[in-house]
Amino acid sequence: MNNPQLNRDGGLQHLLTTEGLPARIVREILDTAATFLDENSSKDIKKVPLLQGKSVFNVFFENSTRTRTTFEIAAKKLSADVVNLNIGSSSTSKGETLLDTVDNLCAMHADMFVVRHASSGAAHFIAQHVAPEIHVINAGDGRHAHPTQALLDMYTIRHYKKDFHNLRVAIVGDILHSRVARSQIHALTTLGVPEVRVIAPKTLLPTMVENLGVRVFHDMAEGLKDVDVILMLRLQNERMQGAALPSAQEYFKNYGLTEEKLAYAKADAIVMHPGPMNRGVEIDSRVADGAQSVILSQVTFGIAVRMAVMATLVGGSKR
Amino acid sequence: MNIHIKNGRVIDPKNQLDGLRDVYIVNRRIAAVGLAPQGFVADQVIDATGLCVMPGLIDIAARLREPGFEYKATLESEMNAAAAGGVTSLACPPDTDPALDEPGLVEMLKHRARNLNLARVFPIGALTYGLQGIELTEMIELTEAGCKAFSQADAPLTDTRVLLRAMQYAATMGYSVWLRPQDSFLAKNGVAHDGIVATRCGLAGIPVSAETIALATMLTLAKDTSVALHICRISSAAGVELIRAAKSQGIKVSCDVAMNHLHLSEMDIGFFDANCHLIPPLRSLRDRDALRAGLRDGTIDAICSDHTPVDEDAKLSPFSDAEAGATGLELLLPLTLKWAAQAGVPLLEALARITLQPAQLLGIAMGHLSIGAHADVCIFDVDASWRVQASALKSQGKNTPFNGYEMQGQVRYTLLAGEVVYQAQ
Repeated sequence: MNNPQLNRDGGLQHLLTTEGLPARIVREILDTAATFLDENSSKDIKKVPLLQGKSVFNVFFENSTRTRTTFEIAAKKLSADVVNLNIGSSSTSKGETLLDTVDNLCAMHADMFVVRHASSGAAHFIAQHVAPEIHVINAGDGRHAHPTQALLDMYTIRHYKKDFHNLRVAIVGDILHSRVARSQIHALTTLGVPEVRVIAPKTLLPTMVENLGVRVFHDMAEGLKDVDVILMLRLQNERMQGAALPSAQEYFKNYGLTEEKLAYAKADAIVMHPGPMNRGVEIDSRVADGAQSVILSQVTFGIAVRMAVMATLVGGSKR
Repeated sequence: MNIHIKNGRVIDPKNQLDGLRDVYIVNRRIAAVGLAPQGFVADQVIDATGLCVMPGLIDIAARLREPGFEYKATLESEMNAAAAGGVTSLACPPDTDPALDEPGLVEMLKHRARNLNLARVFPIGALTYGLQGIELTEMIELTEAGCKAFSQADAPLTDTRVLLRAMQYAATMGYSVWLRPQDSFLAKNGVAHDGIVATRCGLAGIPVSAETIALATMLTLAKDTSVALHICRISSAAGVELIRAAKSQGIKVSCDVAMNHLHLSEMDIGFFDANCHLIPPLRSLRDRDALRAGLRDGTIDAICSDHTPVDEDAKLSPFSDAEAGATGLELLLPLTLKWAAQAGVPLLEALARITLQPAQLLGIAMGHLSIGAHADVCIFDVDASWRVQASALKSQGKNTPFNGYEMQGQVRYTLLAGEVVYQAQ
């Protein structure tokens, strides 16, 4: 079973998942991202000509403003031409298959596709079917993976905590349906975090999740005890309809991150969230806006990390 | 037309025969095995030196896609696949469009198959109209039209009262009911075994309990109604255990497994291989081993191909969106041989799972080479190794998880009613 995101020389051809992504490539991306951020002059990102003359297509089969925008900014900061395609679900109802759509886009001479799709494995599928010179970045496929989110989270953790080898990290919330959580788990274990925890009720945990290398907790007091990093997940409203949870209120009471629960973690623990947040559902506003929150830094770092991914893909394919 | 098949190793499970014999066919039937009948003059001699001669295979689950899905496959393409696979009798599930719930549809299907004259087709009738699980079909008329059993195919039958009535009615008439056990609520939206691969890939899971809960319901009602219950496509270790226990209690139940599930597991999904999107889902390695053990000890009665040709476009999608199923008629023999070789099962015993035992499940007189039997014969080279090349398959469906696999055992001739319907190039 070869890894479809690496080229023959072990360089990065596509970014589809953080699973099996070699640590050296992760570090290379994080290091490259750092060069784009002038950390002294408060988070200002310079424009560079690395992708001059290249075209990046944002192909979103699932609606997203935030992720698409950060990819757009990242591509533009690299001087690429950007095309945004919000295909939504309407195109499939018109009868065009995903493959037809991909073939059409290939014919428009893209250099890079940034894809989001509601089906797990969609990014792998597209990567298997694009012309060999095109790079695919997975911007979220079903419940499977959201690697750029995980990488920007790793950047943020490294920025605040410097070293991964002595950290306790807790991921809190709907692990079952979360592509973010899966990608975070793989990235954290790849970078050598000794203890990754997941905290959720059993209805929001996938079967055999411990096989991914995490410790499972159902109680916030126990799960958050002495952690260095708290990664919160967004709770979708539809979970209440699928009988996964009784109500948002009860969820907040048990698993919502409040100042009281945050106190179980280390005093210098940081709080992260991939956004968009449901205040009062998974996180209390006082925590989201509090001193330990680094949520807005994540957004800025996200642009630099996405730039770094694009630059690595273009550079890596030449090796 | 008299045919003399000479110097072959004849393997006939029903007659417990495994040895070098000549087979003589007179008037579309087996006239003798061993010495030539008096006055026999061959019109055709088939030299089977170095080859095995067995009864034509009987596949109890092969979708021919007619009526309704001719863009996926046609009767002609799939019957050619059957002949190339050595399959001379096949049972087709009722999940056509429309479903096989009217005698006219069944007669039409049988008539079309007869004209093609490549394999015998035994339709399984719909248990309920439109497979909707609400109203019983006219089982007597369907039986008169040629149906051999009644099934819901993969359609759910959630109303247990309807299930009870269907079993009672079928039991009254002595018909068997074929059901695939899956609780539709637990399986809702699921596309893969609820295990480590689904967790890793973010695929919606179907838990083993979806199979065992449905099985427990079916077995309970089968015990109460004394219906002949056949369980289709068992997939889990826990499921095999329930069948084993039911059989030991004397419940009239039989069971089959798809060849895919004997050889593959959830691990084969790898990076979202849509050819491994199957119904039921490929489960864990432990489950696969239990299926193999169950087949060995007789808990599982038969192997089927679960032949499901899918048009290429329907597979060219991300895993969850891709249509489920795999083509299989041409791989049933080599995959049975592969299991036999790996499990150390003698050929005589292994081949019973694709001849004698499925014939008994269908209640048909095929599956053996007794004197007077229909001369449905498969002649194969047990040592020939070949590589599966999806594009070279006769079936219109090229969707197989075994593409590129090395196979041992290749069909050389297929005879249907004493006529060569397939000869390898």
